[in-house]
Amino acid sequence: MKQINKPTVKKDAYALLSGQPVFTEDLALKECLVIKILRSPHAYAKILKIDASMAMRIPGVEAIFTYKDVPSSRFTLAGQTYPEPSPYDRKILDQVVRYVGDEVALVVACNEETALKAMKLIKVEYEVYEPLLDFRKAIDNKIIVHDEDDYKLLCEIGNERLRNICSHDVTAYNDVDEIMRNCDVVLTRTYHTKANAQAMMETMRSFAYIDTYGRLNCVSSTQVPFHIRRILSNALEIPKSKIRVIKPRIGGGFGAKQTGCCEIFAAFVTWKLKRPSKIIYSREETFAASNSRHEMQMQVTIGASKDGIIQAIDLYTLSNTGAYGEHGTTTVGLSGHKSLPLYNHIKAARFSCDVVYTNTMTAGAYRGYGATQGQFAVESIVNELADELGIDPCELRFKNMVKENETMPMYYNEFLNSCALDRCLAKAMEMIDYKNKPLRIDLGDKVRGLGVAISMQGSGIANVDIASVEIKLQDDGFYTLAIGATDMGTGCDTVLAQMAAECLECDVDQIVTQGVDTDFSPYDTGSYASATTYVTGMSVVKACNLLKHQIVDEASVLLDVEPEHISFDGKMIYAIEDDKAISLQEFANRCFAGGKGKVLIASASHVSPTSPPPFMAGIAEVDVDKLTGKISINDYVAVVDCGTVINTNLARIQTEGGIAQGIGMALFEDISYTPKGMMRNNSFMQYKIPTRLDVGNIRVAFESSYEDNGPFGAKSIGEVVINTPSPAIASAVAHATGTYIRTLPITAQKVLLQKDED
Amino acid sequence: MLRIQQYQKVKNLTEAYELLQKNKNNQIIAGMLWLKMEDRTIPVGIDLSDLDLDKIIEDEKSFVIGANVTLHQLEVHQSLNLWTQDVIKDAVKDIVGVQFRNMATIGGSVYSRFGFSDVICALMSLRCEVVLYQGGKMDITDFVNSDFQRDIITHVIIHKDHDRRCFVCHRNSATDISVLNLSVWQKDDEYLINVGARPQKAQQYIVTGNDNEEIAKKLKSQVECSGNMRASKEYREALAYGLCLKALIRIGEQS
Amino acid sequence: MKINIRVNGKMISDDVACDMLLLDFLRQHGFYSVKRGCETSNCGLCTVWLDNKPILSCSMLCARCDGHEVTTLEGLKKEAEAFAYFMANEGAEQCGFCSPGLIMNVLAMEKELHDPTEEMIKNYLAGNLCRCTGYMGQLRAINKYLKRHQGGKNEADQ
Repeated sequence: MKQINKPTVKKDAYALLSGQPVFTEDLALKECLVIKILRSPHAYAKILKIDASMAMRIPGVEAIFTYKDVPSSRFTLAGQTYPEPSPYDRKILDQVVRYVGDEVALVVACNEETALKAMKLIKVEYEVYEPLLDFRKAIDNKIIVHDEDDYKLLCEIGNERLRNICSHDVTAYNDVDEIMRNCDVVLTRTYHTKANAQAMMETMRSFAYIDTYGRLNCVSSTQVPFHIRRILSNALEIPKSKIRVIKPRIGGGFGAKQTGCCEIFAAFVTWKLKRPSKIIYSREETFAASNSRHEMQMQVTIGASKDGIIQAIDLYTLSNTGAYGEHGTTTVGLSGHKSLPLYNHIKAARFSCDVVYTNTMTAGAYRGYGATQGQFAVESIVNELADELGIDPCELRFKNMVKENETMPMYYNEFLNSCALDRCLAKAMEMIDYKNKPLRIDLGDKVRGLGVAISMQGSGIANVDIASVEIKLQDDGFYTLAIGATDMGTGCDTVLAQMAAECLECDVDQIVTQGVDTDFSPYDTGSYASATTYVTGMSVVKACNLLKHQIVDEASVLLDVEPEHISFDGKMIYAIEDDKAISLQEFANRCFAGGKGKVLIASASHVSPTSPPPFMAGIAEVDVDKLTGKISINDYVAVVDCGTVINTNLARIQTEGGIAQGIGMALFEDISYTPKGMMRNNSFMQYKIPTRLDVGNIRVAFESSYEDNGPFGAKSIGEVVINTPSPAIASAVAHATGTYIRTLPITAQKVLLQKDED
Repeated sequence: MLRIQQYQKVKNLTEAYELLQKNKNNQIIAGMLWLKMEDRTIPVGIDLSDLDLDKIIEDEKSFVIGANVTLHQLEVHQSLNLWTQDVIKDAVKDIVGVQFRNMATIGGSVYSRFGFSDVICALMSLRCEVVLYQGGKMDITDFVNSDFQRDIITHVIIHKDHDRRCFVCHRNSATDISVLNLSVWQKDDEYLINVGARPQKAQQYIVTGNDNEEIAKKLKSQVECSGNMRASKEYREALAYGLCLKALIRIGEQS
Repeated sequence: MKINIRVNGKMISDDVACDMLLLDFLRQHGFYSVKRGCETSNCGLCTVWLDNKPILSCSMLCARCDGHEVTTLEGLKKEAEAFAYFMANEGAEQCGFCSPGLIMNVLAMEKELHDPTEEMIKNYLAGNLCRCTGYMGQLRAINKYLKRHQGGKNEADQ
């Protein structure tokens, strides 16, 4: 293969590296009105009165909108395929505010300064309610977060909103209690993962304007342009045909931008005023009023035989969706369905879960999407089991891990086509010289520990994600590839072009990938659920094959030979029997020249009936300072099976980046609230993400399996890479110090004082 | 949002001082890094950058550091760090990033007396004086403990000596604000131990003893800490012991 | 107030508010490489040079820059291209939103530090946050860039 498994430079690399104006704010029209949002200072309250008359008198203020001015329909901001499994539980602006930061009024002015000045003059009278802040006390609490009558569900999700239960589910495989009774060792532990901010460098932002045809155009930094079109249609109560959504370059997403955020405000203001408007969230707003990872508490029971064969796992997950239910139902599912199948040989398993509402910021999608949380629990208890049994944690995994060609009862009974997890772990051990190192070494002032974890994710959502692409032959013989998948910096514009170039036997430069515009791009559910390479990639392969057929057919017409005589090598079209040949360039130009010419366009769409899991093994070597408890990552090795690696550089960078985010989650990222429900760490000063001094040395390698259902054997990589650090580091710290930290983050304080929950 | 209604690059300190007294909301603009985050209106922002206060002048006995000298200038000043056993460099090198340290000034750092200040904690382990336009020279520790005055720091003077000293700190992540910072100044038979980010401002404890552990334990029994988002009271107290021991070991290694 | 700032060698005279930040001034004048990633001087995305020293333009008043020289990525086309080559070939720009600030600081580092160790590099650049890459690819690119003249051939020039 010429284009696959190559370190192809990203198509947008030089534009990005020279600072070209390609991001949303760079492109916003100069005439845009500026929108600023007055936010609730209370975690739970009802607005009794809003007086904006003083604010309206400030010169330059164009409008102030409150709950009285917006459509009454409830909708969800979750970027998911219709019918969304997230409840329709919010409005553009609501009379009831459900967390500190919830939107109260939109101030529209000629510039930011004026808007901020006006905002201070809006007088709001609230009836303040006692908020529900602890998600562990949510079920059947006397405080009910959503008691409104117009709350709507599109799917059966086990919802009991009057008990604060957004969703509930139980999946069981055989009789867990029965099997557990017969185990030699049974451990039960509770693990707690915190809300984390995705913290992409570009905050939430969008702008809107009315076009020539009176339609609403919304340019937004989003992972899900087509879902945004539906969300805007639902929110504004206008037909989708009146809406166009455009995605420029995105300054990172990691799932945060899989939830609609500020688009509804720019769209509403522009639709109402028929003037362009923009909204740029501050970092503080992005922290405190967008979405985060779901905080989860997981109780796990594991049963095994003395010789370390895991017999049964029972997992209960409680997840905090915050004020609104976006992604609540689906994220919690992954905490079980992407952790338990790692130990596929178990005789019985049970996974039950509740997702609850509270008066904290809404949770949403963040890389790993529940799998990260569930795997922290399951991988941690497996590590504890290994220590309990006195079996090496890697050895224990070799005895129990899922293998190729197995059917996975806890993974929707899918058949595992491709899996190199055993090779991944073996390779990781080799990289860190595991066999020659003890799990604990005393270095004098520090203690060094080793810890391991394995991981899996999915590749798209089986039978739900749909991706279509359209490829056109252009004159001079280059191609334009229209996709609906959104490159959010991770390089799908390039990766998909590599696939097209491989199919069409040309250079990647000959494929022009087009960014997403819902008017012009073919439909795609969007870039999330690790779908793009796997799902959209397959439709690229399909479309390119169709186009090749079209080229052959059209060449037979233009060259006046039998189609069977035509061969095409990417540059030249030959009819050897007829002694004829034509270059692609000339052919393309003749296609465009009228006469017998024909414009060649091929399109295809793809839905995968399975979601083949990528796998990964990670081993952490950490040093713990004896006097301060300070934890530093000395070495982190990770080996990934993402099937065929399409772009070797981009896959590596994604892996390193995911691990770094995982290290942040493991060691210090922790969204916390004051007793009144104010987020305490809503800035990069108070919420620290890893700097280059915090991540130590991250080393990555690949052990590829071949996935028959994926393009060129590929599976996904985007999410699996974030999952191993928390359990691996927790175990390394436990080996070093004897203290198991089961509540993230694993801080120096918890380690030194040997006190887990703060 | 910070608003500045008028901006004045002053010609001399008299002008700056007069402007400062004219309105209690007038403000000397130092590095702007903390000030920027405030939500207030400043009638006159006073800029001292034309007053040649951005130099470190060394003579036989001391370093005279202009108020506008940046933390990065301090960090890379070889002679200063040689004379101070790297105390200053160690104190500033983890503060946010080099760009930040190219803006943050010693005058601003000292004047604002933030509880978490690494700079103040380090300066307290040196023979250091703060020079105020009106108030004249003041020992750094006295200045830290004094009330806020509407005066102008013009210089910070560090007197050379041959004492041993060390700065250490603990951060939850690399460039975060210190959870606790600590500097030790071995002065004759005494150890002057300054503990900052308790999270309250640095406090000096005078401890004597022969054995490192004994000294660290004594410090732990005296130090007053409290809890906040970054750490609990209990952990800070444990850190006071741990960091003190680390500092004493390092001092022991100094010539 | 009236100010004169030399940006990338070209004098810009303007009448600005006393509290205008350099970042906003630069974007207003079309220097879109300068990004804002936070409000607390922590992210490094807005890094530019003031009189050849890297600073955070989000925390610098325009007023203070009056009579001084500012450099943005747009003004360092050639130098930036040489480094961009190594970044692109590692795929280390990813979303690219933090790239301009990083490049400005890398080029400043190159001028300030002679033959820096990896530790010195990490320390110098610690104020440039990146959420995508995990920093390893950036470090590989920086190492290769700094060593580009060693061994007699310049990879980027080929």
